[in-house]
Amino acid sequence: MVAKGFIMKKEIFEKILIYGILLLWTFICLFPIYWTATTSFKTAASVTQGLLIPWLDFEPAWKGWKNLGLSPDTIFTESNPREEFLARFFNTAFISSTASGLAVIMGSFAAYGLSRFNYKFGFMRNPDISFFFLSQLILPPVVLALPVLVLYRELDLLDTHIGMILIYTLTVLPIVIWIMRDQFNAVPIELEEAALVDGATVWGGFFKIVFPIVLPGLASAFILCLILCWNEYFLAALITSTDAKTMPVMVASQISSQSIKWWNMAAISLALCFPLIVAAIFLERYIVKGMAAGAIKG
Amino acid sequence: MERDPLYVVSPSYISPKTKRFGKILVWSSFFLMSIIGLIQILYNLEKINFGFNNWRPLLYSYILWAIAIGYSRVLIYGERGKRNLFIFPAVMFIISIVIFPMLFGLYISFTDWNLSSLDGRKFNGLDNFYQMMSDPYYWNSLKNMIYYILAVLVEFAIAFLLALLLNSQIKGRKFFRVVFLIPLMLSPVAVSWMVGKSMLEQRFGPVANFARWLGWETPTFFSSPEIARLTMMCMDAWTFIPLMIIMLLAGLQALPKEVLEAAKVDGANKWTMFKNIIFPIMLPVSLTTLVIRIIFKLKLADIIIIVTAGGPGGATDSVTSFIVREYRDRSNVGYGTLLSFVYLILIIIFMTILIRFVNRWLQRAS
Repeated sequence: MVAKGFIMKKEIFEKILIYGILLLWTFICLFPIYWTATTSFKTAASVTQGLLIPWLDFEPAWKGWKNLGLSPDTIFTESNPREEFLARFFNTAFISSTASGLAVIMGSFAAYGLSRFNYKFGFMRNPDISFFFLSQLILPPVVLALPVLVLYRELDLLDTHIGMILIYTLTVLPIVIWIMRDQFNAVPIELEEAALVDGATVWGGFFKIVFPIVLPGLASAFILCLILCWNEYFLAALITSTDAKTMPVMVASQISSQSIKWWNMAAISLALCFPLIVAAIFLERYIVKGMAAGAIKG
Repeated sequence: MERDPLYVVSPSYISPKTKRFGKILVWSSFFLMSIIGLIQILYNLEKINFGFNNWRPLLYSYILWAIAIGYSRVLIYGERGKRNLFIFPAVMFIISIVIFPMLFGLYISFTDWNLSSLDGRKFNGLDNFYQMMSDPYYWNSLKNMIYYILAVLVEFAIAFLLALLLNSQIKGRKFFRVVFLIPLMLSPVAVSWMVGKSMLEQRFGPVANFARWLGWETPTFFSSPEIARLTMMCMDAWTFIPLMIIMLLAGLQALPKEVLEAAKVDGANKWTMFKNIIFPIMLPVSLTTLVIRIIFKLKLADIIIIVTAGGPGGATDSVTSFIVREYRDRSNVGYGTLLSFVYLILIIIFMTILIRFVNRWLQRAS
């Protein structure tokens, strides 16, 4: 009886410890978002006092959102910051979705080819070609940044959507190949062989048989690319200036110009992150699947 | 050549006419590209007085040429060409956007080229290299990278602990998983402001207030070199620990259940189970996670550029942020490119050693 009680106590203690650590990390993950969200409703006075809880500590105002033209009383009126913000938002959305789409198309073709056929280009065989693709992951963007900057200047691609899409496609392409290779390897070859015997071409077999099976994997690769492109700052800061400027660049430039206006910065930072927080909540399964894909196989 | 995994019996006969057409297609588009290139070169050298405003027509003709090559593969080689078409776009794309700029970069790294001056580029041989050898800030940023990479081990320990907890019998696992994922989704730019600029603000940021409450009288996070570096490490860790948790959790969920059950029946306690069973089986996943994380760490730049700009005195500089500052301050493309190429070479050496070491370790373990 005593021993059993002891074990019970130990188990309860363990449970408390586990949930304690988990909740502590939850707090660490969420507090910055909470803090930013509340700050966007603060006035100058409540910012400088470092107040934490709305209604209890301070009276929330629409200050940050009003400046952005997104508060209830300004949303239907003309607002230059909102125009600017929306333009950047659509730039980011357009560039990152097109780049991810291109990367997914090219990457899945390449991954399929590598998993189904033996290639030989000069001395390069399949493992070498795979390595050639995956080694692009190691390449830090800074190595390409300056040469590409100069080349883009000559090609008149600086500050254009196409230029951004090309370089973003490049940065996410190896990731797509990495994820999709395992996906295709998991599809039994007999499926396509049956189709080929029935008279389909290799490309027909790919689109009609294999494509529907790997669609979930394709979706997670696409979402992962989208996230990476959406958040990319370094290359965008070098290549864009006005027309193709993306949201991270806009936010970064405002950090230096108006970091005293905390409520503005808080609103705009939150607006930058909001789509991805929503994505994390609803698409968690796909995001995790994409990232876990490489871990298991190695 | 051995048989393809997906074996196709293809009709072997392709008419010589089709083959010839394919070849003509490639050569004519190549010819077009050469002519456009030649016109543009002569125009830029002011030998002729007609030409294009920029090099873009050359780009278009290059794309045309690439498409012609792809199409002619099918014409000339039939079924085999169709198979090549799967990897052709990706290979072509990477060659055009990586290999070509890299060769160009290799050339400009031996020049003195100030983009804002009108002189254009000047070949200056190894001058950039000598300048690099005596540039204390570059070596300092490389040294910082070593610290940043070592911090990965601490991140790994935290991530492993959290992954183990997430994998244990808990309620609301779905909730915790979503929440733990969120920091990874936030843009580094936003994190720079949310954490670096506002929460760590030394007068009224909540972290500073908390530090004061703990008894640190003048909490400053960016004034002393060591603390500034530590702060940057923490911020970067905060965003990337989720990635490691996800990868490790995937590994934990794939552990063979029977082995764990057997160990439990044998009366192994949690620690011995972790030490003797879970950790050894997890070794491949752990090492993959570490390698991936290090690859991301080597690209570390955004938060440093925005929060500290490398300060104080270069203590938080990563190589990337240093090169960017070097470029912004002097707009010297040549020197910056050389620095980045040296960095690339160091990375390749480092990664080769690391991967070889990892493989050897894995072989010994198994």
